[in-house]
Amino acid sequence: MITSLDIERCTACNQCVATCPRDVFEKTEHIPTIARPQDCQTCFLCELYCTADALFVHPEAEPAMAARLTPSDITPLLGEYRRESGWDEWSENPRYANQHWRMEDVFRLARDG
Amino acid sequence: MSDRVRTYDTDVLIIGGGLAGCWAAISARRAGVRAIVAEKGYCGTSGVAASAGPGHWFVPPEARLREEAIARRMAGAQGLGDARWMERIIDQTYRTLPDIGTHYHYTPDDSGAIRRHALRGPEYLRALREKALAAGAILLDHSPALQLLARRDGRVSGARGVSRQGAGDEWLVRAGAVVLATGGCAFRSHLLGGSNNTGDGLLMAVEAGAALSGMEFSSFFTVAPANTPLSRAMIFSFARYYDTQGREIAKPAAPNDHSAIAVALQGGPVLCDLSATPEIVRRQLPQISPNVTLTFRRLGIDPFTQRFPISLLGEGTIRGVGGVRVTGEDAGTGVPGLYVAGDVASREPVTGPVTGGGAVNAAWALASGCIAAEAAARSALENPLAQRSILEPLGDAGLSTRRDRTNSSTTRSAFATTLSTGPTRLDVSASSEVEIVLREEMLSPTRQYFRSADTLAAASTRLSAAWGALRDATPPSAEPRERQRFRELAAMTATARWCVASAAARTGSLGMHRRTDSSTNGSDVPAYVISGGADAVWTRRQAAGTVS
Ligand SMILES: Cc1cc2nc3c(=O)[nH]c(=O)nc-3n(C[C@H](O)[C@H](O)[C@H](O)COP(=O)(O)OP(=O)(O)OC[C@H]3O[C@@H](n4cnc5c(N)ncnc54)[C@H](O)[C@@H]3O)c2cc1C
Ligand code: SF4
Ligand code: SF4
Repeated sequence: MITSLDIERCTACNQCVATCPRDVFEKTEHIPTIARPQDCQTCFLCELYCTADALFVHPEAEPAMAARLTPSDITPLLGEYRRESGWDEWSENPRYANQHWRMEDVFRLARDG
Repeated sequence: MSDRVRTYDTDVLIIGGGLAGCWAAISARRAGVRAIVAEKGYCGTSGVAASAGPGHWFVPPEARLREEAIARRMAGAQGLGDARWMERIIDQTYRTLPDIGTHYHYTPDDSGAIRRHALRGPEYLRALREKALAAGAILLDHSPALQLLARRDGRVSGARGVSRQGAGDEWLVRAGAVVLATGGCAFRSHLLGGSNNTGDGLLMAVEAGAALSGMEFSSFFTVAPANTPLSRAMIFSFARYYDTQGREIAKPAAPNDHSAIAVALQGGPVLCDLSATPEIVRRQLPQISPNVTLTFRRLGIDPFTQRFPISLLGEGTIRGVGGVRVTGEDAGTGVPGLYVAGDVASREPVTGPVTGGGAVNAAWALASGCIAAEAAARSALENPLAQRSILEPLGDAGLSTRRDRTNSSTTRSAFATTLSTGPTRLDVSASSEVEIVLREEMLSPTRQYFRSADTLAAASTRLSAAWGALRDATPPSAEPRERQRFRELAAMTATARWCVASAAARTGSLGMHRRTDSSTNGSDVPAYVISGGADAVWTRRQAAGTVS
């Protein structure tokens, strides 16, 4: 579930408001708010679209575990999904090249050994 | 209807902007007509493909290869398949999918070749959005459709819905023809990317007079780390599972059959062991599926050395099969002006009673999107909508527009009466009680894997009570999101009723539909179970290979 929006990093670009498929964020005069966290579907996609790396989504669908996290747990993880997906400034870095095409080979390996 | 209604005119209206809806929009523009996509979420991040990575059924045009591919699928389809549909979706996908190369950045494989059929979800859907926009389609984001609209002669000619963001509260599109591409229904399990898929299109189609097929093929579950939505199969192909006593759970006889895990979960947590994953795959994983590695990292689990608890996520009709029955080669529904594409349609012609996840479903979504949009474009040109045509909404379950009610207080008491006739006394004020019924009946793996006449009758009673209550319910406010929420609840409840009624009508086991009270497949003649009806649910059997 969406866990935090880092107010220091946020540039108020409102990309998260536009692109979240579940309409979780609300535009304000300043930076957006996480207005409807209960509607979050834990898809991580807002992290991909936030070029300021301000958003953090915990993989559990219920907020219980995320509630135990502190900013020092979260800060080192900010932006990792966007980076590992090779988006934006990471797109030329071969380390993060999209190798989705391997998936069928992995399935074959699992099946046939 | 409020005063703040934005109105649009178009030739083809596409409802749902996921995999199928985007391809439909691109095709409609190619056919030279105006196209509008109304999407509940954001076209480009919404739908189940956007957070996954759909491989497509992709077979080069060599007669022998295609014949073999089709023969394998026809065997799996157990009498319910249609080789011509398979041939069409293979051909359409092979011809069309490479077009996404204008907006999707492919990385060559180790041999330098481009594998056109394998696309990562977030990038694929982002590319589809850009391609649809470049083609000149109009995209309405955050604009869930609530009702179809029809002319006096019954021809479907548009839809209306609410706007979750922006200036207006409501939108209304007048169209020559409509393509429904709203996806399947997973009953709000935590399935990755599935929360917008609440069966709205199934309800709208039935309200317009269309029929459904194969709704009994809706007992599909995927393994995910406990409490997460991470329903991504690849890494679990190396998994071994252990029950609470530490005993290894036997590997399933058929792929995707997790019934043994379902049974073990009743006794307590089931642990997953991924230590058999080859070293090379561990290294490659972040670049194949970054959302898988980040999930484990954030849970604080090293999945290759530590056993971790898992849960089973219900998929309903998403990687199940059932949906709106396609009645012709044009992906039509039998209702003038109404076409279907993707998971909202029954995929029995291309999958039979087994899942099409893995390759066939994405090819179906793409191909049926193209086919439906072309047919809708032709139909729109032949039946232009006159400016003065009066359009009326079709169906209003959960929307509180029923004539027999005067105000919300009478509705609330009606709500109470209907619900209290069910076996469980439900708290009326909260629609969340309906959500509980849906979860218990449709998302319980054992309930879905082990069906019998008795369990289905009990489910039917509870769901009918929920439907009776919701049908006439008044949302607490006329706020757009609140109206949408009630409509979604009605759609999920209706969908659940069609699944249960169809499962009751198919008395033998077939494919993913398993009856514990029968050892045969019910009849020797392969047959479809057709269903429909919003208030009065009906089913009928129809021998495969016969028309209508
Ligand atoms: C985890 C996962 C992995 C998968 N992997 C594969 C694979 O490898 N190969 C394969 O072939 N298939 C795969 N599938 C299946 C494949 O993703 C689907 O078949 C495909 O996405 C269907 O496309 P669709 O457009 O019909 O539905 P979706 O992509 O789900 O899109 C439906 C859209 O309709 C919108 N919508 C719903 N209701 C309304 C409304 N009332 N008004 C407006 N919009 C609405 C939703 O917001 C959504 O955007 C996978 C599925 C899952 C869940
Ligand atoms: S996308 Fe990121 S930077 Fe932009 S408004 Fe949202 S949180 Fe702030
Ligand atoms: S994880 Fe998905 S649903 Fe949740 S806030 Fe981010 S984009 Fe929205």
